[in-house]
Amino acid sequence: MSNSTAMTLFEKIWQQHQVESLDGDAALIYIDRIFLHERTGSIALKSLASDGRKVVNPEHVFCTMDHIVDTFPGRNDTTLMPSGTDFILATRESCKEAGIRLFDVNDPQQGIVHVISPELGIVQPGCTLVCPDSHTCSQGALGALAWGIGSSEAEHAMATKTLRVNKPKTMNVRFNGSLSKAVTAKDMILHLIGQYGAAGGAGYVIEFSGKAVDELEIEARLTLCNMAVEFSAFSGLIAPDQKTIEYLRGKEHAPSGKNWDAAVSFWNQLYSDKDAEFDSIIEIDCQDICPTITWGTSPQHAIAVTDTVPEPSINGNGKVSESVLRAMHYMQVTPNTKLTDLAIDGAFIGSCTNSRISDLRMAAEVLKGRKVAVGVKAICVPGSTLVKQQAEAEGLDKIFIESGFEWREAGCSMCFYAGGETFGHQKRVVTSTNRNFESRQGPETRSHLASPATVAASAIAGHLADVREFL
Amino acid sequence: MDKFTQHQGVAAPLMQSNIDTDVIIPSREMKRVSKIGLGEGLFANRRYTLPGGREPNPDFVLNKLEYENTSILLSGKNFGCGSSREHAVWALKEYGIKAIIAAGFGSIFYNNCIRNGILPIVLDLIVIESLSAEVQENPQSNQICINLVKQYVESSNGKCHSFDIKPAQKVMLVEGLDAIDVTLKMKDEIFQFQHSYNKDFPWLN
Ligand code: SF4
Repeated sequence: MSNSTAMTLFEKIWQQHQVESLDGDAALIYIDRIFLHERTGSIALKSLASDGRKVVNPEHVFCTMDHIVDTFPGRNDTTLMPSGTDFILATRESCKEAGIRLFDVNDPQQGIVHVISPELGIVQPGCTLVCPDSHTCSQGALGALAWGIGSSEAEHAMATKTLRVNKPKTMNVRFNGSLSKAVTAKDMILHLIGQYGAAGGAGYVIEFSGKAVDELEIEARLTLCNMAVEFSAFSGLIAPDQKTIEYLRGKEHAPSGKNWDAAVSFWNQLYSDKDAEFDSIIEIDCQDICPTITWGTSPQHAIAVTDTVPEPSINGNGKVSESVLRAMHYMQVTPNTKLTDLAIDGAFIGSCTNSRISDLRMAAEVLKGRKVAVGVKAICVPGSTLVKQQAEAEGLDKIFIESGFEWREAGCSMCFYAGGETFGHQKRVVTSTNRNFESRQGPETRSHLASPATVAASAIAGHLADVREFL
Repeated sequence: MDKFTQHQGVAAPLMQSNIDTDVIIPSREMKRVSKIGLGEGLFANRRYTLPGGREPNPDFVLNKLEYENTSILLSGKNFGCGSSREHAVWALKEYGIKAIIAAGFGSIFYNNCIRNGILPIVLDLIVIESLSAEVQENPQSNQICINLVKQYVESSNGKCHSFDIKPAQKVMLVEGLDAIDVTLKMKDEIFQFQHSYNKDFPWLN
């Protein structure tokens, strides 16, 4: 590595993992860790076995049950999703055959993949981690290069310890200044996507930086990186700092003893050099960010809570955008409607975006001593069994339950509809998840994305609400 | 995998942006631990009248008689964004889709296409809109012709539009290669790399 070439954080990690360069700007990249879940991992493992191929380093592969398992108290292998049990059983059997550590249904460390991987110290700064799940980019928050892949690529990674990857371009998104009160990492990322569009990061790996990012705790950084994929980015990442190191210290899968010191001195070199050049730079002034909510069916339909639904835009050939009209019809909203005039039927706190202990604390602060509005079905699903236990130790479960929220076992739950549980046909839901796509949370369910604090405030108000009025 | 050199077929326009993989195949249609049997679930929320039902919605483009035997899709920006589910590509493939021409793709979806022998082509939105207008006049006769080897799309009026594809991915499609087989030819290099990598980063071993 020549000293004269300044490199971005991404380029450093890429170079360290490049086994061979391939045609064009593609390379064969060494993969440190692979995570699977029962919905897509089961198929990858089964297909690998039926092709007679072996997992080369099973000790580097982990698997969790999060997508399909029910989250009702007392759950087991039976699921509301028809045929869900088949996925659970197939995953269990394949993991056993391949010698893979599985966080099974009632394992004390079970939880959503992108929650438990950081929580247990499996993802680490400077490592490459892949998972057949698009929100794998969350894990870049610790300074790793982590990205979502398909099942076939997961097979490739398990069978060869590598992936053939096209090198993405680099983008730096700088969040300047500090966040205002009640504005969270979720609002930052929704604001970014609202301003630059759902395809704004296509072809890029994004390094998030700036004062506001430095000030975020690790859990909030995970929220920020979580939605890099909703910006169409290859992935997102944040340079590790002292907070990252403290976060990992003592975690079960983090380095220990002599290795810890060696790892820390390596992690301390993981930053973009001062003169490193990015292919693109976006600057955001954090003073411009309010609590943000989506009105439509794409994360780019994000506006400040105080705003009204916009007039449909006119596209290049003078026509009103068909996607926007469709979104308005689906969501049953009209231009100039105030967001806070939209009454809700459901409220959901959970998902890999916002189900960590800090998220639950934030929501509980709003809920404490208040009641969910009549007619609103409100559910809280902690991201992992460890998060759930921690919340219970702090008495947060009581606050949720007393306010009228259901308190669940850990999993993806109603972040997406797998054929089981749903808020119902055409119900309007405010949700701390990451996708407001048509029917994502159930057939014709209408989803409004927001921070957990905004979800809590809206659940109390019975309509989309400005959390600042509740603090 | 079948080799993809060129293809001519009926193209159907789905001219929206951000058609995500939940639209391509809803989660509830992914019923078995299997890559097959997914074609029926393709676009289920739009293709059938009721969620989970099988009564064709006559308004959906692929259900119209004039679009019978569609093997090419035309779409807007960011096609296949969202969930990484490869089921979306398996469903398209089983239905008979050979190529998708869009103004941009979700990156995981794009790679999933290549892995399964479907050709994703990026063209300018304006060009795709003109292709769409031409196709709509008579879908069965105004077929689109794709030449991957020479990297162009030809419409029925003879206009050609060239497109880009990464050389490594082109080779995979044109020769119908299995990526794992190709990579395993470099087994020794990978082994050597891992050996020295483990010395440098012992905590990751
Ligand atoms: S919580 Fe939702 S977005 Fe996250 S991994 Fe689970 S299903 Fe995917």
